[in-house]
Amino acid sequence: MTAQPEASGSAAPERLRAVQARNAPGPRDAIAKRAPRKWSLAWLGLVPFFLFAFAFMLLPTVSIVTGSFQDGQGAFTLVNFAHLFRADILGSYLITIKVSATTALLGGLLGFLIAYAITLGGLPKPFRSFMSTFSGVASNFAGVPLAFAFISTLGRVGFVTVLLRTLFGIDLYGAGFNLYSFWGLSLTYTYFQIPLMVLIITPAIDGMKKEWREAAENLGASALQYWLRVGVPVLLPALLAAFILLFGNAFGAYATAYALTGGLINLVPILIGAQIRGNVLHDSQLGYALAFGMVIVMTLSILAYSWFQKLSSRWVK
Amino acid sequence: MSSRRGSRLVFSWIWIALGLVYFFLPLLATFLFSLRAKKGVLSFLAYQHVFADPKFLQTFGFSFEMAILTVIIGLALIVPTAIWIYLKLPRVKPVIEFFTLLPFVIPPIILAFGLIRTYSRPPFAFVSSPLLLVAGYVIISFPYIYKSVDAGLRAMDLRGLTEAAQSLGAGWPTLLFMVIIPNLKTALLSALFLTFAIVIGELTLAVLLAWPAFGPYMALMGRNLAYEPAALAILSFGLTWGAIGLIQAITRGRPGGGSNLGGTH
Repeated sequence: MTAQPEASGSAAPERLRAVQARNAPGPRDAIAKRAPRKWSLAWLGLVPFFLFAFAFMLLPTVSIVTGSFQDGQGAFTLVNFAHLFRADILGSYLITIKVSATTALLGGLLGFLIAYAITLGGLPKPFRSFMSTFSGVASNFAGVPLAFAFISTLGRVGFVTVLLRTLFGIDLYGAGFNLYSFWGLSLTYTYFQIPLMVLIITPAIDGMKKEWREAAENLGASALQYWLRVGVPVLLPALLAAFILLFGNAFGAYATAYALTGGLINLVPILIGAQIRGNVLHDSQLGYALAFGMVIVMTLSILAYSWFQKLSSRWVK
Repeated sequence: MSSRRGSRLVFSWIWIALGLVYFFLPLLATFLFSLRAKKGVLSFLAYQHVFADPKFLQTFGFSFEMAILTVIIGLALIVPTAIWIYLKLPRVKPVIEFFTLLPFVIPPIILAFGLIRTYSRPPFAFVSSPLLLVAGYVIISFPYIYKSVDAGLRAMDLRGLTEAAQSLGAGWPTLLFMVIIPNLKTALLSALFLTFAIVIGELTLAVLLAWPAFGPYMALMGRNLAYEPAALAILSFGLTWGAIGLIQAITRGRPGGGSNLGGTH
């Protein structure tokens, strides 16, 4: 994602040079005449991949966008977008944004502290590769099994719920906690957000030079001053980029929520799923509008992500 | 100075410990929960129930077949394309990278919706074919397969090998199957295990395209039973752990491993 803007920038002059070479008169002519034919043949080798990506990735995604501009008969309309501002739909966007932002903040903060502890915390070296393997496994442990794990842990008769009640007399559910509500869902999502954050942010922390901290300390800076004046300004773009990635990750999550709440919380992906399965009011045009709203959120996320990434690469290579 | 370093170490261990607790506590809880199927004693009864259910093997078998097809089609698409780009069109590399990363940002729910809309009416009415599910899985595994293959290609001297083989008279098939692919073995295996780990328990596409796969089966168990889902979660975690452990083992010390970012949530 990050290589994209730079690379397309550097491809342009190359193309220009190729055109110039082709148009150049004289002894170069012989080479220039052969070049275009070879070029077009080489492109043929990419046809299968792009055809597949077009048919099963681009076309379906674009069809969602066009579908949201059509009514049931296929005529152009904007009425689907008016539905997006219905109270219930707006509410489901709000709760999805709330869950995504909360888990991105929580997972991002914990993930950052853990990644920082691993990279600069002075822990033994072998521990590092162990933790990165670990994060790989944990960030893949999501969906249905993760939901089951949290039901066994924090459900009504879950391990921790019972432990807290019998050992410490703390009644989680009596205090208003419910695994199948906002906080339960957020704690569950945070499980895959933390390791994802560790994987994303570790390279950025690696790029922070030890000398910076030593220089600051030698000049008499306190830990707080170092963080406020050096650490945070350098890391901020990378942190924001990571936050957005985590946000998008939670926003699009379907399987975990489906298995955990069974649709009790009206997250946007859950609503879209219900529209597709046709077990709610079955207004398929509304489904398109919902999905289109999601496409917009995702597109904004990618744009913001790559912008922050570019800012971050000034400091952290 | 040294006290500062000491306090930093304490700080580090506190956060690591907290992370490990967050990671292990639900697993421990799930495991203990899965042993409680028989009243009063710990037993593997829930696991026996799981394995005795014919639906378990049927759905797992179905997902296994889908995973095999996904790996075959995914590798057949990406390996030749990646090699071709390395050899002939290096300037297209960023475009391919962009395309293979796109599935990370297209949520499976959107992909499923789009696939159903595009392929449920003429002229392409094959929403009822399992191949549409496989096509979706191939798209979802693009980032994982491409990253592994790319790392494998970067680690070898592709141009040198190609020139050597061709100057000895090897044709394209010989070059591909006798020279390049044997050198890519590690990368291909790692792509294979990652794809398996993702496809076996996948829920979103399978549920929405209405296939009796392992993911929907697990979700259904979760609705109806108490201890068996915990057993299924432990089994499924064991599979993921096994797959990624295998990748780590075969790619140890080589560039081309460790591309295990993300998942299908």
